[in-house]
Amino acid sequence: MAMQTTPSTRRNVLRAAILFWTAATLVVLVIGFREAIFLVPAEATMGNLQRIFYYHVNHATLGLVFPYINCFASLAYLYWRRRDPLKALAADAWAVASAELSVLYVSIGLVTGILWARPAWGVWWAWDARLTTYLLLWLLYVAYMITRQFSSTGQGHTLAAVLSIFAAIDVPITFMSISWWRTQHPAPVLRGDGKLDQVFWPAVLWNFAGWAMWGALVLVFRYALERRRQRADQQAALEAIEASLELTR
Amino acid sequence: MNYLAHVLNHLRKDLRLEWRSRDAVNGMLFFSLLVVVVFSLAFDPTGNPTTTRQISGGILWIALLFASVTALNQSWTREVRNSVLDAQRMAPSPPSALFLGKAIANLCFVSLVELVLAPLFVVFYNLHALGNGWLLLLVMPLGTWALVVNGTFFAALSLRSKNRELLLPLLLFPISVPALLAMVNATTGILTAEIDSIQLSLWIKLLGGYDVLFTTVCLLLFGTVLNAE
Repeated sequence: MAMQTTPSTRRNVLRAAILFWTAATLVVLVIGFREAIFLVPAEATMGNLQRIFYYHVNHATLGLVFPYINCFASLAYLYWRRRDPLKALAADAWAVASAELSVLYVSIGLVTGILWARPAWGVWWAWDARLTTYLLLWLLYVAYMITRQFSSTGQGHTLAAVLSIFAAIDVPITFMSISWWRTQHPAPVLRGDGKLDQVFWPAVLWNFAGWAMWGALVLVFRYALERRRQRADQQAALEAIEASLELTR
Repeated sequence: MNYLAHVLNHLRKDLRLEWRSRDAVNGMLFFSLLVVVVFSLAFDPTGNPTTTRQISGGILWIALLFASVTALNQSWTREVRNSVLDAQRMAPSPPSALFLGKAIANLCFVSLVELVLAPLFVVFYNLHALGNGWLLLLVMPLGTWALVVNGTFFAALSLRSKNRELLLPLLLFPISVPALLAMVNATTGILTAEIDSIQLSLWIKLLGGYDVLFTTVCLLLFGTVLNAE
């Protein structure tokens, strides 16, 4: 017997998947926390201070992934804007969700980096190329959010999408800057000079997986929220049209 | 009519408008003069020539950045009056020609301000370049174009938003940070002769690359911004 996919069964399946995903994320995060704080040995020169690294590196790296999602969603929005407005709205919802997560992850990356730099370097902040461009990325996505807020509803999506393309050009510059200029930021630890010892890998990987799963979860939630808001707007617009038709009749 | 003719037409129109009113240039000129005076009161430039040489590149570019924001906000407001912008959208000429014409016009205005400001800087800050002064002839136009091309684009982008005057600097300043870094470092390097020529050429190349990249992006996306509804 073929299974019927009514909206309610689809919703139940989705709800179960989300619940499962949330539970799995929490489990992975707990394992990651245990690895990072209790199991992995302290690093030779920095001691326990280095444990913030398991949070800093993951957030900082994932903070560079969400801008790409934002850029692709924005490009998709610009492509579908005239061709298929409904698909364009979905792309725009992805763009909002990933922009907000970019701000969140980059903020956490910046704050944990600052907390680490003070004991390790002796200064809270160094204006070297990588830190500067990373701060710039944060500023760009805050500017993106402000653009969305300031723009009138009809054109806000398009202007934000255009700005996103400008912002996304900045991300490769951020990543390349470490090799362009000699900087104070530690060399890439996953490859290159500051290679990480085998012992530390479990803490890095579990935490990376955990925060990536958490990011994906929040991204999907924010997307669903934005879609709901769009539907409510469409409904309101439809009712307004119907009401005006009632008046003219 | 080919593309170049369209660009020249727009440029001629913008230059003529400015020639008749002189709003943008006068405002920018006086504003940047005030910034120079206020900074010279804050730092005492004649007392300490070495420090002055190190910071004056930054002060010059910040003065120009702030001044160009005041003019760029005006440059599209002209087009909104009497629905000129809607007429431009319906015109058969490509949208990027309108943008390019206006950006080149703004480059002319800001360059004019620089020509007046440069001797004033020398006088007020007791300044002379220790490095290759003629390199400034390369750095100044490249840096100005970096400010103006993005500034013109984002002025158009923020034209129909709620807080037009505020939104332009909020967008322009973060986008301009790499260019600002390059132009300030290059200018300071030329004035102080403290950084080596390889590093100097790297900053100038970065500035040139930034110009090419963002000019391309602005030209490609201007049509979308103009017709965003």
